[in-house]
Amino acid sequence: MGDMVVVRKEGLFCVPGNFYIDPWRPVDRAVITHAHGDHARVGHGHYLAAAPGVDILRSRLGEITIDGLAYGERITHNGVTISLHPAGHVLGSAQVRMECGGEVWVASGDYKVEPDATCAPFEPVRCDTFITESTFGLPIYRWQKQQEVFDDINAWWRKNAEQGRPSVVFAYSFGKAQRILSGLDASIGPIVCHGSVEPLNRVYRAGGVDLPPTVLVTDIDKAALKTAMVVAPPSASGSTWMRRFGDYSDSFASGWMLLRGARRRRGVDRGFVLSDHADWPGLMSAIQSTQAEKVIVTHGSIPTMVRWLCQQGYEAKGFDTEFGDEDESTAPEAKEMKESKKAAEETTPDAPEAADA
Amino acid sequence: MREFARLYAELDETTATNRKLDALQQYFAAASPENAAWAVYFLAGGKPRQAVPSKLLREFAIEYAMLDEWLFEECYQAVGDLAETVALVLPPPENESDVGLAVWMEERIGPLRGADPATVREKLLAYFNELTARERFLLVKLIGGGFRVGVSKLLVTRALASMAAVDSKLIAQRLMGWTDGSVAPTATGFLRLIAEQSDDEHKLRGGQPFPFFLAHQLQGEPAALGDLAEWQVEWKYDGIRAQLVRRSEQSFVWSRGEDLITERFPEVAAIRVPEGTVIDGEILVWQGSALNSGPAPFADLQKRIGRKTLSAKLLAELPAVLLAYDLLELDGVDLRALPQHERRALLQTLVRDAAQPALQISPLVEAESWDALSTIRMESRARGVEGMMLKARNAQYGVGRTKDVGTWWKWKVDPYSIDAVLIYAQAGHGRRASLYTDYTFAVWDDDEAGERKLVPFAKAYSGLTDAEIAKVDNAIRKTTIEKFGPVRSVKPSMVFEIGFEGIALSTRHKAGIAVRFPRILRQRFDKTVDDADTLDTLKGLLAAAHE
Repeated sequence: MGDMVVVRKEGLFCVPGNFYIDPWRPVDRAVITHAHGDHARVGHGHYLAAAPGVDILRSRLGEITIDGLAYGERITHNGVTISLHPAGHVLGSAQVRMECGGEVWVASGDYKVEPDATCAPFEPVRCDTFITESTFGLPIYRWQKQQEVFDDINAWWRKNAEQGRPSVVFAYSFGKAQRILSGLDASIGPIVCHGSVEPLNRVYRAGGVDLPPTVLVTDIDKAALKTAMVVAPPSASGSTWMRRFGDYSDSFASGWMLLRGARRRRGVDRGFVLSDHADWPGLMSAIQSTQAEKVIVTHGSIPTMVRWLCQQGYEAKGFDTEFGDEDESTAPEAKEMKESKKAAEETTPDAPEAADA
Repeated sequence: MREFARLYAELDETTATNRKLDALQQYFAAASPENAAWAVYFLAGGKPRQAVPSKLLREFAIEYAMLDEWLFEECYQAVGDLAETVALVLPPPENESDVGLAVWMEERIGPLRGADPATVREKLLAYFNELTARERFLLVKLIGGGFRVGVSKLLVTRALASMAAVDSKLIAQRLMGWTDGSVAPTATGFLRLIAEQSDDEHKLRGGQPFPFFLAHQLQGEPAALGDLAEWQVEWKYDGIRAQLVRRSEQSFVWSRGEDLITERFPEVAAIRVPEGTVIDGEILVWQGSALNSGPAPFADLQKRIGRKTLSAKLLAELPAVLLAYDLLELDGVDLRALPQHERRALLQTLVRDAAQPALQISPLVEAESWDALSTIRMESRARGVEGMMLKARNAQYGVGRTKDVGTWWKWKVDPYSIDAVLIYAQAGHGRRASLYTDYTFAVWDDDEAGERKLVPFAKAYSGLTDAEIAKVDNAIRKTTIEKFGPVRSVKPSMVFEIGFEGIALSTRHKAGIAVRFPRILRQRFDKTVDDADTLDTLKGLLAAAHE
């Protein structure tokens, strides 16, 4: 039997099932791993996604025909048994398990293995072939414990608040923003969210995720801003929206902030290393836990991961996809350009943005 | 080390001057004098020689990290900095230590130089095992000799001055020569650096130069500077800015980078001037006979700089002179507060009386009006100079790039420019890591078969804004033909206007010419690859430069 999943010009295609996973061109049937812009696009005939992610997809894609599947629930389509399992990336993110003729394939979408209070934890799924992302697929990427990062963020916020300066953290509005919110110590001061973040907070809260109270900037007294924490998407940086905060201290939360070069290019006061993708040890442990013999690597450090995995005895190869960035490592800038272009084109406050990093 | 690592991180993290200043002051307030002495050395730009070759450093780091070499190399390509790569890939340490910077430099890192590889290995692996990521980063930087801090010497001076409650000009003066590597930083030295002003300040100066007074780039027309009579005009030479210091019966030659270059230029060091003299000028290779002489191209000077030992033949072929343009000390008296024209008069007398062939005076350029001066300035290229210097007649000799006691302007001629095609790109380092920012440019030439092809002639990495770089980076990724390690060849599609200061024949470059200070002036969206210039055009510039 040939590969159960192949790459077509429309996207990852499950051959026996005759459906796509996160396709980048309009297709009839699409299984969506999560609602970030490079995985979930408009224009497909039918959508299938994990139940906790359905509302987010609707809020970002508008009127779509979508079915939600509870994590672990199985359905059969054209002889392929499909089930969705938590990927730990963002609320509603899923790995797609496909079983056909006794063979099991799992497509990971984006994932992280570290616990995150805002979504179900990554679940290792046994399979023969594992399709993994590789955004941070180099041994330089090893994340600090999440709690240490939250402690750093809160300490920085407290110090700024004592000096009467607002703190601004730039983070992707879907996923990263809510994860940061979940780690903030609301006793320090008020938390202001940008207009593109707040609608997603509502969906998270409706989905049972506990987030501290947040307000829009229009709903807060100007004097109270001095001790506020402001959560805004990177595209807000340098916009007129920022002016009202006066002399603020800014930061950026992303896995890319691990590198001095990226941090300095960003030009913010602080870079917090916080990612919703697996680091190198995370990728390795996730791959190991699937017990797969074949691994297919998508978006990120494909050649490096493939070579490394082959050395470790896996049968590994890469898939060229349109997820993440078109090339290895420059992510933040490339995304930024896409984002600011979008921000210019779309004036709706909750315009979808490119993927998180 | 821990405190210095924290200071480094704080300086590195912020771009705000005030926060850098705070961090420096906090550090110096708490540091012991022997550690502070080394910190000043590094912060002021001191670069110790490499203690361990990068190859060994890399090898032992790879061993400690238990990585394959190729994987380490991939990491290095993504990070763009060896020290940072090492810091990121090593597993966490098992031990901890808090050894001061001075002990690190003197007892731990110093002895590694010249040690046999087995000893270096044993020491390094032990050091790795007791340092945090931040400290390991610093360790590799200190060992590797490529340490740079994102802080200006001026800021360090200010921090020290405010801590010591001493005038910052005095600190700047005392800091001269701190980083040349001939004297190790010591606690005593540091205490002297921050001591109150004393009467024997001058005696303590030894062979140290004065802080160099630096010129500002003239923007716009010089007529805005007012009456030409208020300005002293000279040619702007393309050599090595240097001070000749004669004190305690000894001569010292200092470059602007505060390197002691006495031995590199024996003919300058041999210039006989009276005790207690400091001359500021430009070291140049002088060519031609007395009647028709002038500065040789910078490439010739480079031949002198590049050599470790100077043969008699080289000294005869490429003789260096000091072209004097200022007098900072005479008879042991600091003249820097005198007006420019008075210093000039004293300099002329001194140079005339000295009557040494290796000591020439920078001639004044006389003109009736700014317009007339502009006309004369057009001779710059033919004279082998970069343009003119305009010095306020009443200017004192300031400290650094200041305008508070009178100004020096550099009025350079426009650079040469040529339209060239981007054919190779390489990712940058540091702030530009994993962004394609280093480009190789080519012009058209006909090969033996008469076929038109692109010949590389210059590399350039500056001149574009971050936003422009992002776009070019994107285009490079989309038009890549091949990758050779970190370098990509790209489909010729982008034309840039490349500016440069000088042009000379070269046997080392494929195109047969070498250009000086190439940089990107702008992208020519209006031109196609076919419209780019040819090698013949470049060679034409070469001919014009030597007319």
